[in-house]
This record gives sequence, C-alpha cells and structure tokens, in this order.
Amino acid sequence: MEQLIQQIINGVSLGSIYALIALGYTMVYGIINLINFAHGDIYMVGAYVGFAMTTFLHIGFFPALLVSMLICSLLGVVIERFAYKPIRNSTRIAALITAISVSLFLEYGMMYFVKAETRTFPEVLQNKQIKLFNTGAVLDIKSLYIILVTVALMLVLQYIIYRTKVGKAMRAVSLDRDAAQLMGIDMNSTIAYTFAIGSALAGAAGVLVGTYYNSINPLMGVVPGLKAFVAAVIGGIGVIPGAVFGGFFLGITETMVSAFGGSLYKDAVAFAILIIVLLVKPNGLLGRNVKEKV
Amino acid sequence: MKLFNLKNAFSLSVVLVIYAAAGLLINSGFIDSYLFLNIVLIGINIILAVSLNLITGFTGQFSLGHAAFMSIGAYASAVITAKLSLPFWAGVAAAAFFAAVAGLVIGIPTLRLKGDYLAIATLGFGEIIKIIGLNIDYIGGATGLNDIPQYTTWTWLYFSVVATVLLVSNFVRSYNGRACIAIREDEIAAEAMGVNTTYYKVLVFTIGALFAGVAGALYANYFYFIKPDSFGFMKSIDILVIVVFGGMGSISGSIAGAVLLSIISLFLQSIPELRMVVYSVILFLIMVYRPNGLLGKAGFKFFKKRGARNAYSQSR
Amino acid sequence: MPIVKVDKLSKAFGGIRAVSDISMSVEGGEIVGIIGPNGAGKTTFFNLLTGIYSPSSGAITYQLNKEVSSKSFKPHKMAKYGVARTFQNIRLFKNMSIMDNVLIGYHNNLDYGVVPSLFRLPSYYRNESNARAEVLKLLEIFKLSDKENEPASRLPYGEQRKVEIARALAAKPKLLLLDEPAAGMNPRETQELTSLLTWIKDEFKLTIMLIEHDMSLVMGICSKVFVFDYGMLIASGSPYEIQNNSQVIKAYLGGE
Repeated sequence: MEQLIQQIINGVSLGSIYALIALGYTMVYGIINLINFAHGDIYMVGAYVGFAMTTFLHIGFFPALLVSMLICSLLGVVIERFAYKPIRNSTRIAALITAISVSLFLEYGMMYFVKAETRTFPEVLQNKQIKLFNTGAVLDIKSLYIILVTVALMLVLQYIIYRTKVGKAMRAVSLDRDAAQLMGIDMNSTIAYTFAIGSALAGAAGVLVGTYYNSINPLMGVVPGLKAFVAAVIGGIGVIPGAVFGGFFLGITETMVSAFGGSLYKDAVAFAILIIVLLVKPNGLLGRNVKEKV
Repeated sequence: MKLFNLKNAFSLSVVLVIYAAAGLLINSGFIDSYLFLNIVLIGINIILAVSLNLITGFTGQFSLGHAAFMSIGAYASAVITAKLSLPFWAGVAAAAFFAAVAGLVIGIPTLRLKGDYLAIATLGFGEIIKIIGLNIDYIGGATGLNDIPQYTTWTWLYFSVVATVLLVSNFVRSYNGRACIAIREDEIAAEAMGVNTTYYKVLVFTIGALFAGVAGALYANYFYFIKPDSFGFMKSIDILVIVVFGGMGSISGSIAGAVLLSIISLFLQSIPELRMVVYSVILFLIMVYRPNGLLGKAGFKFFKKRGARNAYSQSR
Repeated sequence: MPIVKVDKLSKAFGGIRAVSDISMSVEGGEIVGIIGPNGAGKTTFFNLLTGIYSPSSGAITYQLNKEVSSKSFKPHKMAKYGVARTFQNIRLFKNMSIMDNVLIGYHNNLDYGVVPSLFRLPSYYRNESNARAEVLKLLEIFKLSDKENEPASRLPYGEQRKVEIARALAAKPKLLLLDEPAAGMNPRETQELTSLLTWIKDEFKLTIMLIEHDMSLVMGICSKVFVFDYGMLIASGSPYEIQNNSQVIKAYLGGE
C-alpha cells in the first residue's frame, strides 16, 4: 500500500513536469499549428540557467526559478521572431524541419559552450522527507515543491488565459486566426505572448527537474520533450486542459508501469498510449473534432 | 510507347558504364576504402530517401518513423547472415520481407490519421520498435549485434540503388502513381474519382518500408555492427531532410540530395564541435529560402526523358 | 425504374439539420436541377449521394450497373457504381497536368496492376495508350486538348470547371452530379456549357443532376427542378411550374 502511495506521488511529480512542458507545446500548436520541436530544449536551457544562478550567483531556489522563467520566455520570443515567423506561411513539413533545426541548434550550441558532460545541481532545496500519516510512505519535500510550484503556475496560467486581454486574444487566435485579425487582434504580439508563456513554463520545469534529480546535460530535453509532446497529443493538442491532463496521465502511468515490473519498457509506454489514443480518439482525449468541409 | 526504344537503351548503357567504371576504380584501389565507405553511405541514403519520398513526397503521407524499417531490415539481415550463416541474398530477401510486413502492420492502423497526427503516430511506432530492439537479448539488446559478415559489395550496392530508383520511378509514372499523387493533392476528390485511398496509402507505405529494409541490410552487412540507437528518431529526420532538401516528389532530387548532403556532412567532419550547429543553420536557411528543395518543382530533364515518352509530367 | 431514389433522407450535424426528410426520384436520361438559397443543404445532399456523409436517417437507392443502397456507400466505390461528380469549390489536382487530372477520372477503367507498372510489361503500355487516347478525345470535346500538359492551377477559372467535368466524364458514369458547374462563368461561357451538357447527355447516355444558381442554365436544360430551402424539399416540378410557385418565390426573395 505504501508502495502504491509512494508511486502515485512520484507519478504526480513526474506528471507535473510533463504537464508544464506539454502546456507550451499545446499552446503553440493551438495558435500556429506548429509542433515546436525546440520546446524540449528550452526546458534544458531553463535547467542550465537555474544551474548557473544557483551555482555561480548563489541565489536561492525561488529567485533562480523566476530568473530562469524570465530568460526562457525571452528565448522563446526570440526564437519565434527569428526562426518561426519567416516560415509562418510555409508548408507543414518546412515548419517541422525548421523547428528541428532550431532544436539541434540549441542542443549542440549549448554543448559547444558548456561541454557535453553532466553537471550537478547544487542542493538548493532541503533534502527533507515527510512521513505521510501512518502509511509509512515518505514524501520527499522536493516532490512537494514540484507539485506546489506546478499548481501555482497553472493557476497563474488560468488567470492569464481567462481573465486578461492577452489571454482572450490567444483564445481567439487559436479558434479562428483570420477572424481574430479582422477584429483587430495583433497576431504578432499574441503569438509572441504565447511563446513567452509556454517557454516560461518549460523553463520552470527545467529548474524543478534540476533540483529534483540534481543532474543536467545538454541533451536532457530530448526524451522529456518528446514525451511531453506525446502527453499533449494524448490530452488533445491545442487544448490547454488536455495538456495538463495528458501530462499527469502519462506521468502516473509511466511511473506505475516502471514500478510494477516493466521498467525496461517504460519509455515505450508513452508511445503505446499515444498510438492507442490516436487510433481510438484521434483528436485526443479532450480534443475537439474539426471536420473538413467538402 | 514501347519498352525497347532508343531512350531506354541509352539509359541502360549509362547505368552499365557507371557500374563498370566505378567498379574498375574500386578494384584497382584508386578509390580507397574511406571513399568507398562514403559511397556506400550515399547509396544507402539514396535508397532511403527515394523510398521515403514515395510515401511522403508523392503520396503526401507524413512518415517520421522510416528509420524503424531500416532497422528491421538491418537486424533481419544480420540475424540471417551472422547467426544463421546464410548467404547474403537470403539476408536481403529477409530484410525486404520483414520490413514490408512491418510497413503493412503499422500502415493499416496509422494511415487512417492525417497530417500531424500521422507524423506523430509514425514517430511513436518508430520509437516503440527501437525500444523493443533494445530489449531483445538475442540480437544484442542495447549493446547491439557484432560480427556481421561484410557482404555488401559495389555490385550489390549499385544494383540495389538502380533497382530502387527504377522500380519507384516506374510505379510513380503509372496509374498507381497518379492515384498516389492525386491523394496528395486532394484526397477527397481522389476518392470521388474512384481511388481507394486506404489501399494506396498502405501500398506505398509497404513498398517504401520494403526498400528501407533493403537499405538496412546493405548497412548491416557493410558496417558489421549495428545497434538500435542508430535507427531512432534522429535517423528518420535525417532521411526526411534529404527528401525535403532534394525536393519532395522528385526522385532525381532525392538522389542529388543524398549526394550533396553526404558531401556537406563530410566537410563538416573537420569541425567536430560545431558540426551539428553548422548543420542546423544550413537546414534552417534551406527551409526559409528554398523550401521546395533543390529540384522541387522540376526534375532533371535527363531523368525526365528516361523510360517511356514523358508526355505527361508526373515527376515534378 | 428510377436511376436514383431517395427516401426520407435526413442528415444532422449535432443540432443542425442540414437535410430533412428529402424524398425524390430521378429517371434515366433526365437532366434534373436542384436550386435553392445558399445553405439550403444542396451540397450536403450531393455529399450524401456520393457517400461522403452517411445519412442520419432515410435511404438512397441507385439502379445503375447493379442495385446499390445507401448502406454500402463508400466514396471511392461510387465511381465504380457509375456515379461521378464535380465540386462546388473546384477540386482539381492543382500540381498535375490537365491530362493527368482527367486520367485520374479514368482510374477505375484501368486495372493493369502493380507488377506490370513496376516491370513495364506490355499491358502497361497498351492500357496507358488507350487511356490517353480516350482522355484526349474528351479534352477535344471541351476544346482543351492543346493544353493537355498545363498544370491545372494555371488555367482560367471557367476552363478549370470544364476540366472537372471532363474528369468526371472519364469515369464513364451513368449519373453525373454537377455542383454549380456554371459558377464563375460569364454569359457566353454559360451558354456554351448549356449546349455542351445537352450534347454530353445524349452522346454518353447520361443522367445529369445539377446544383445551380444560374437560372438560364437551369431553366434551359432541366426537365425537372427540385427546390431546397433550410434542408427541406419545398417544391418540385417543371421549370415553368417552379418559376410560378409562390413558396419558391418567397424562399428566394423573402416575403410576407
């Protein structure tokens, strides 16, 4: 029983990370129909910024988190402006390959500057553990941080999307780009905001992972990026609650599979679920069904 | 139109001359083993690119898992030649067969999806196959399979490439190929005209997988060592990049693209730390300034004349 | 024996009833018109007839080469049954030549298989020559044979519409469904089209159903006209009867 609770907690932590990254994917896809392959690498940059802040400037966890989010959001905006804006009206495939080129640029660019080895994050959070009630399960305080920070960020996101003008613009553009433009919404700034917010979330995830697992390397964004993307698709790409749902669903499922015997195949879990979902409910579990008009 | 006409005879002689000339250079040692290695890589990439082009360029089906078929072919041939000590043609046949079966099995459920969803699903399948490969001990798991006999010769390589290019070209310039291009252009209209879109999509997926399997066999039996990580998502992307770079829907483009990108890659070997950074920048510039690729809108005039009189332009 | 019989056909998309309780029949050799304001469900009706949508209720029965009912409609089988169509917003294969576009229409009449294609067996050459000869004849009818190698996207709008009709004819249908064939044509072209359609009907022994807004075309060649409004069939009869039907007038012009 305590195993189960332990694993659920682990799953929720992992799911938080996936959800944070997945949100960025889904928001960008919802607004410009682009699969931003470079998004996982923004997460990686976030981890490195956090590393730099805590190791070289000796600032604490929360300030490092905020600085990282800020820098990542700027990075996201810059990438959008210089790499994605020129190909906004290109074919799907051209956009895809452009995104991949940006991803490679970030990965190997970072590798050039910081070398490929893994770095260790300093202990910024206490390594405390809380005993959970009488069950014997232990809640690592780091997990708690991850979950709480994630929840807080999501509440902030909710507020932005539903209570601000920017959020309303984002929703409008994702529903009907042309109509939104005709209503006077500035496409460029709306898209920039979307990238900014999504990247900030990814950066936060990077810092959280850095403090939790204590190690970072330039290619750390590849696999989580792919899985978070899968999570976004499972929940319904372009649908914000879908990314959150997908992230937690994937995190918990993956942890369960890993804990109860299938650790060799845990990476395959994500893709297997993906395929099942795509075959049964192609628009994702919470997705909307858009049919082509004949 | 006839099979035996002047243009076909000319093409055939060109093919044979290249074969003989290069064969001579290789056997005499004029082309050293390093150069030959690169020729093998180019040949394999041509087969991979042409086979992916059939699926993605001509039929418009986004496939991001093509490397998985290559890996199935590679492992099939490796097992047949290394573990079962059978001759190479058995390995190639097994590679083609198993890769094609995989194409069929994966294609049937996933080709119902469209666009980005299809891309993601093929990516997913590719990764699943890789992970399965990592976990089967009989074929070496993560450490890979070693001591594969080096059976890939210039003859095998060259005629595999020629066969792939010829068969895919012939397919494309037939009523089947037209149907596939129609599917790419407008699936609904194609269906209304009687094209069984599901059948064709699965068909080209299977054919494409078959040739990728052959490429895998050539790879395994030249480099005598394979591991699952070489056939992951990045390899699928590499193949797609060649196809896009050369021009989607252009077979001559895929050939030119494979050659050029291999040459570019070769030059980049001299700056190992910045290699990938420069590669990514080149990729980016191509996508922004020439997204149709080298030969996007018009195939080589030379290749257009090959085969039947080309009164209708099917290779763009 | 009507070539197509429609029985209380309905189609709803969520809460919207695009087509409600349509019943009608069309005899062989007729040219039948379907008119009505925009959004009346005419194209949806065609999509139901060609298997793109499946009915929410009701049935469609074809008596062409063999009897087929709406349970077995798959879009790609319609051409084999003998039904071919054009689309409201022209759906030509933009990057293919005119010849190739129409050859796709001919697709079901070719079946020399994958192996002859791959290995260029004699049946490939034979079938291809025949196909191209037949398509060229069709293009001549539409006065487009000199443009056979032009990519479809380069043709003027009116000619693109003609190519679409030629493509549908290449399928050797018994029933031709034309969705606004005269849209975007000037009066001279419409006049040309009117005589062409009558000629085609006789020459190829077809039945034609057309959706149109251009009344000169409809009144000129249709023996029967059906009027749709809000997804329902509000009137049917000869062109003269329809012109003087008060409900029809109300639907088009509004009214008390």
